[in-house]
Amino acid sequence: MNRFAELLDRVSYEPSRNGKLRLLAHYFRTTGDPDRGYALAAITGTLNFANAKPALIRGFIADRVDPVLFGLSYDYVGDLSETVALLWPAATAPAEADPDRRNAPHNTLSDIVETLAATGKAQLPRTIALLLDRLDEKGRWALLKLITGGLRIGVSARLAKTALASLRDCEVNEIEDIWPGLSPPYLPLFAWLDGHGERPASDTAAQFRTPMLAHAIEDRDFAGLNPAEHVAEWKWDGIRVQAAAGTGADGVRIARLYSRTGEDVSAAFPDLVDMLVDGRFGDAALDGELLILREGRVQSFGVLQQRLNRKTVSAKLLVDYPAHIRAYDLLYENGEDLRQLPFAERRQRLEVFVTRAASDRLDLSPQIPFESWEALAAARADPRSAGAGEDAEAVEGVMLKRSDSPYLPGRPKGQWWKWKRDPFILDAVLMYAQRGHGKRSSFYSDYTFGLWRKGSAGDEIVPVGKAYFGFTDEELKQLDRYVRDHTTNRFGPVREVAATVDEGLVLEVAFEGVQRSTRHKSGVAMRFPRISRIRWDKPSRDADRLETLEGLIAASAREGSGAEPGR
Amino acid sequence: MAASILTLAPQGLYCPAGDFYVDPMRPVPRALITHGHADHARAGHGAVMATAETLAIMALRCGAGFARSQQVAPLGETIEVGGISVSFHPAGHVLGSAQIALTQGPEKIVVSGDYKRAADPTCLPFEPVACDIFITEATFGLPIFHHPDAAAEVAKLLDSVAMFPERTHLVGAYSLGKAQRLAALIRQAGWDRPLYIHGAMDKLMHFYAAQGIALGEVIRVADTGRAKLPGEIVLCPPSSLGDAWSRRFADPVACFASGWMRTRARARQRGVELPLIVSDHADWAELTATIRETGCREVWVTHGEADALVHWAGTQGIGAMPLHMLGYGDEDEAADQAAASA
Repeated sequence: MNRFAELLDRVSYEPSRNGKLRLLAHYFRTTGDPDRGYALAAITGTLNFANAKPALIRGFIADRVDPVLFGLSYDYVGDLSETVALLWPAATAPAEADPDRRNAPHNTLSDIVETLAATGKAQLPRTIALLLDRLDEKGRWALLKLITGGLRIGVSARLAKTALASLRDCEVNEIEDIWPGLSPPYLPLFAWLDGHGERPASDTAAQFRTPMLAHAIEDRDFAGLNPAEHVAEWKWDGIRVQAAAGTGADGVRIARLYSRTGEDVSAAFPDLVDMLVDGRFGDAALDGELLILREGRVQSFGVLQQRLNRKTVSAKLLVDYPAHIRAYDLLYENGEDLRQLPFAERRQRLEVFVTRAASDRLDLSPQIPFESWEALAAARADPRSAGAGEDAEAVEGVMLKRSDSPYLPGRPKGQWWKWKRDPFILDAVLMYAQRGHGKRSSFYSDYTFGLWRKGSAGDEIVPVGKAYFGFTDEELKQLDRYVRDHTTNRFGPVREVAATVDEGLVLEVAFEGVQRSTRHKSGVAMRFPRISRIRWDKPSRDADRLETLEGLIAASAREGSGAEPGR
Repeated sequence: MAASILTLAPQGLYCPAGDFYVDPMRPVPRALITHGHADHARAGHGAVMATAETLAIMALRCGAGFARSQQVAPLGETIEVGGISVSFHPAGHVLGSAQIALTQGPEKIVVSGDYKRAADPTCLPFEPVACDIFITEATFGLPIFHHPDAAAEVAKLLDSVAMFPERTHLVGAYSLGKAQRLAALIRQAGWDRPLYIHGAMDKLMHFYAAQGIALGEVIRVADTGRAKLPGEIVLCPPSSLGDAWSRRFADPVACFASGWMRTRARARQRGVELPLIVSDHADWAELTATIRETGCREVWVTHGEADALVHWAGTQGIGAMPLHMLGYGDEDEAADQAAASA
C-alpha cells in the first residue's frame, strides 16, 4: 500500500505528462503481481467494490468530526478522500494493544483490495476505520481514493496504457486493442509486457478498435487543403460509438456497443444490441453516432441525455427514447480488417453494408456535396437548406475527411477535420459563485449568471445558467478575488455577489444551443455554456436581456440552427 | 458591535476614544500597525505607531517618507492615547510583529494581527495576553490545517536536493518573514553552501542579518552571471516560480513554502512539485488553543476561513463574530506586488 500511496502522491504533484509516464512506468516495472495489476485497475477506473462506497465514508467521518466543520472543510478541499484523510483523528491506542487491529489485514494493496471486496456491508465500516488508523496520512488518502473511485490525480486511462506500452516498446494502440478482453489484476498482460508470456488474445469476436479522431480546423488550414480531395459530412450532436458483432468460438453471437474510450455500454442499449445480434448485421465493426430518432427525426442532445448514464433501462424508456446509429465508417467485415483502405472505398463498403443490414435503427451519415470552401461554409451556416432538413438542430458543424484517409487510431494529423458551428454568445451578469472541485478546489470557480428581464418592480436579473470553465488560471484568480470582494450574501458554500444596474460583473457566455426547461427559473436551459470572455469593461446594465435568449429558441425552431447571433 | 473601544469603519478597525485605526487599509490620520506585511502596513498615513522593527521594515519597503510622523512602541510598555491604554506584545508572525492591546476601564481588547505559535528563529515568540475580546485572524481556520514541524519540512527540501543534484531547487517564499525563516532553518539543518535569492528579497535579507539573525552567505542570482545553479537552493517570491525568470535555472524543481501547501489542489494549481508546509500563521489547533488561552468572552475574526472558527467558538460557549474584512490575507499578492516594484 505504501508504494501505491507513494505513486499516487508523486503523480498527483507531477506537472508534466512525461514525468507522469516515467513514474507510472517505473512503478509497473518494479512492482510485483498482483499489486501492480490492482493499481492499474484503480488508475483506469475498473476497480469497483460492491459495498465500499463513498456514502460509507461520509457516514463514519460524521461520527468523528463535527458535521459543520466537516462540511466547511470538504467545501474548501473539494475532494472527499483528501478531506477525510486530513481530518482523520490520529489513532489513540497502539496497534499491538488492540486485538482487532492486530487481526486487521496486512497493508499490501492486494490485501486491501481483496479485503474490501470480500468484507460484508455490516463489517466494512469497522474494517475501513481500522485500516485508516493504521495508515499514515498519505496512505489514508490513497485508501480513500480507492474506495471512492475517481482518483483525480491527472492520469487518464490512456496515459496509464501509454506507460504500459513503454514497458515493451510497443504502440499504445496495441494495448487498447487487447484491453477489452482483460480484467484485474491483469496477470497475462504483465507477463506479456515483461516478455515471458504470450500476447493476450484480443476478444476478436466483437473487439474494440481505437477510434480515429479529427482535429479542429483553423481558418489558416484551408489554404493548404484541396476541396476535391475531401468529402464532408454533418457533425451530429450525439455520442460517438463503435458497434461490433461477431460469432464466438462456440457459435454464439456476440454484440457490443463501445463508447469512444472503449467502455462497453451495451447494457444500456438493448434495443441496439438486438440489431447487432441479428444475423443480417454479420461479423462487423462500425463507427457511428448514437442518436435518438423519433419518427425519423433526430432529437436534440438534451433528449439523448435522458437515455445516458442509466443503470437500468425500462421498457417505457426504450419506447420513448428509441436509440439509433448513424454510420460513419466500416472498420471490419467478415474477417477482413478494412482500416488500411482509403476512406472512399470504406464508404462504398459501408453503403452496401447498411443497405444489407436493413434495420430501422441504422442509417448512413449523409454526405454534403460541395465544390469550394465557400460552398461548404454556406452549408455549415445553414444545414437546413443544405440537406440536413428537419434534423438541422442536431447538427453541430461539419466533418471534413480526406477521401484517401486510412482509418488510423488516435488523432492523426492532416486526415480528418471538424469544423464546428460558431457558438451563440450573450453577455450575462455574474450572480452567484461556488467553490469548485478537483483542480479548482478552494477557488470560487462555478458561476451562476443571469440576464435582465422586466420584473414587478422594474428591471431584475434572473439566473439563466451556470458555467465553470472557459477561463484561464490567471482569470480564475481574478474572478475568485472579485467574488470575495463583492460578496453580498452567503448561503452555505454559495456566495451571492452584487448584481444591480450600478454594480456587477459582465461575463460573455458562449453556448451551443438553448431549450425550454421547466427546471430553471428563467424557463430556458443553455447547452454547454462556458465563459468566453470576462467583460471587466462593460457596465452590468448593458448586459443582454432574457428576451434575446428566448428569441434564440424561436429562431432555431423557425430556421434551424442556422441562426447565429453574437459574432 | 458590542464593545465601544473598537468599531468597524470602511478604513478598518477604528478606536473612537483614541481617534486611531489599527492596520487600516486606506490612508488615515493616525494608525497603529501590527506588522510590516503590505496588506497591514500601507503607506500614506499621518502618524504611525508600531514596533521599531516594523517601522524600519515599512521604511525599507515604502521609503522613509511612508508617513508624516512615526512613534516607536516598545514591547510591553503602556502608552496612553486619548484615555485608551495601548500596549504592544510579540505575535510571533514575522520580525517586529506585535499584537496590540487596548484597555479602557475594565475592558481589554487585543488585536492579534497575524500570528503563529510555532517556534521561529527570526522573531520573538507569541505572548498570550488575557483579554475580554480577542480579535484573531483565521487564514488557516479549518480543522484540515495542521502545520507540521518546520524543521522536518526543510529536511524534505534538503533530501530532494540530495536526490536531484543536477537540478536547481527554486523555493517560493514571501519576501518578508518566510524567506528569512527558511534561510535560518536551512542553516540550522547544516546546509553551509551559499543561498541564492531573487533580487526582490535583497533589502529584507540584509535587514534581518543586520538584526543579528544568522542567514549565512546570501548571493543575489543577478550577481552570478548566467549560472544555472544546479544543486543549489534559490529563494524567490512565489510569483516568480512560474515566471520566465525561473527558466534560467537547471531543470528547476518548483517548491513552495506555505501553509496552503497542505491541500493538494493548491499545490497543483501553482504547478508546485515539492510542497513545503511552512507557515507563519496559526494552524487550527493553534488558533483554538490561543483563543482559549486568552480567556476571552468574545472573539472577532478579521479575515480568512472565519466560518469554521466562529462555529467552533459557539460550541465552546465563546461569543464569536466574523468581521469579513476585505483586503487582509493578501500578503501573497501584496508580497508579489512588493516584489514587482522592488
